[in-house]
Amino acid sequence: MNDDVKRIRAPFDEATARSLRAGDRVLISGTILAARDAAHKRLIETLARGEKLPVDLRGQVVYYVGPSPASPGHVIGSAGPTTSGRMDAYTPTLIAQGLRGMIGKGYRKPEVVEAMKAHGVPYLAAVGGAGALIARSIRKYTVLAYEDLGPEAVAALEVEDFPAIVVIDSTGDNYYETGQAPYREL
Amino acid sequence: MKEIHVTDISAAVARLCVDACCRLPADVRAAFAERQRTEPSPVGRDILGQLMQNADIAADEMMPICQDTGLAVVFADVGQEVHIIGGDFAEAVNEGVRRGYVDGYLRKSSVAEPLFERKNTGDNTPAVLHVRLVPGDGLRLRLAPKGAGSENKSVVKMLVPADGIEGVRKVVLDAVLAAGPNSCPPMVVGVGLGGTMELAALCAKRAAARDLASRNADPRYAAFEDELLELINKTGIGPQGLGGRTTALKVHVEWAPTHIASLPVAVNINCHAARHAEALL
Repeated sequence: MNDDVKRIRAPFDEATARSLRAGDRVLISGTILAARDAAHKRLIETLARGEKLPVDLRGQVVYYVGPSPASPGHVIGSAGPTTSGRMDAYTPTLIAQGLRGMIGKGYRKPEVVEAMKAHGVPYLAAVGGAGALIARSIRKYTVLAYEDLGPEAVAALEVEDFPAIVVIDSTGDNYYETGQAPYREL
Repeated sequence: MKEIHVTDISAAVARLCVDACCRLPADVRAAFAERQRTEPSPVGRDILGQLMQNADIAADEMMPICQDTGLAVVFADVGQEVHIIGGDFAEAVNEGVRRGYVDGYLRKSSVAEPLFERKNTGDNTPAVLHVRLVPGDGLRLRLAPKGAGSENKSVVKMLVPADGIEGVRKVVLDAVLAAGPNSCPPMVVGVGLGGTMELAALCAKRAAARDLASRNADPRYAAFEDELLELINKTGIGPQGLGGRTTALKVHVEWAPTHIASLPVAVNINCHAARHAEALL
């Protein structure tokens, strides 16, 4: 892991996306998009029908999250990452639509990594199960589409110093592999 | 015959839902602190620190530790001297879940049917209810909310006796390797051995929900728990899968008598929050 923490803005421009390296710790400020299983399915079905997506994905960073409801006095409830692998079947199509970054947790399939390399897209991890801590970096939660999906709706999250670690960068380097290797004794 | 009214059961379940989801159990927090002292990976230590910080914020604000507040898994040990009055027991438990998840701002993650419409029930009911009839006049309720990140990595394998302890080791290790960062390590690994397929699975689930200080009562199985923990912590997966020697906090084994031709093995992984809360009525 790299000791220096990089401060970056979202949405990502191409230079930012390509500059991130596996193992980089980052603090993200700006706007990221919340979307998970059911929203991904609808986005893909929309494209399959030849229709326009309800949000322009160019430059966007998607965060795989389904927050718990906000209690009074909070903008959002607990909001940690969900398992990214469930989105793998949909991800290459969304990357082809201009998606520029992803935040979640866990391994990705090789075809996702190939799409990331082809389009210069990094994949970052937030700490799974640290939803109350992560919620503190979220300033505003605005539903953009699919409100009927409740916690699975597509939403814009205004974030300030949202903490994440780059796990797979746009060259395909994988910090899950390089991070684990020194401690593997089997 | 002791009488317990269903309204008391609902109230207890509602409280347990909120407590289990918002207050990290003290034994789990103690395990984080202990592991933070011994974890050689700097990123691993940093993550364990973040998990403790997260637990403090959650408890202060009564906000869920994790947004996936899971399905409400309820273990009910009902004393045979208990007479439940005022209504239906399962409905009383579901009413408690409904109240806990709606009033406590917990996420509703339950869909009514698994394959076709997958419509959210809106109140996180029904509970996954495991009832045991036991001696005495108490009613013990243990609530262990279970998120899908870890539940989805569960495994059941029907080994045969010749596979032996080596076969069991391999099933457990393979399950942990496949789970990796997806199950939010450091995990608590529940292993169920013996019985039939469904009994092995239930043993694994009960094992995963045990207190962290607990050990199997049989010293041979307790030693096997320690051995499996050591093995899992050699995988290098570490906290959040980013590398380290704290892949699991504990391994718990529960077993049942089994068929002469069978050696069922079930693995149920709990994420680092290892949520559980208990009440005795």
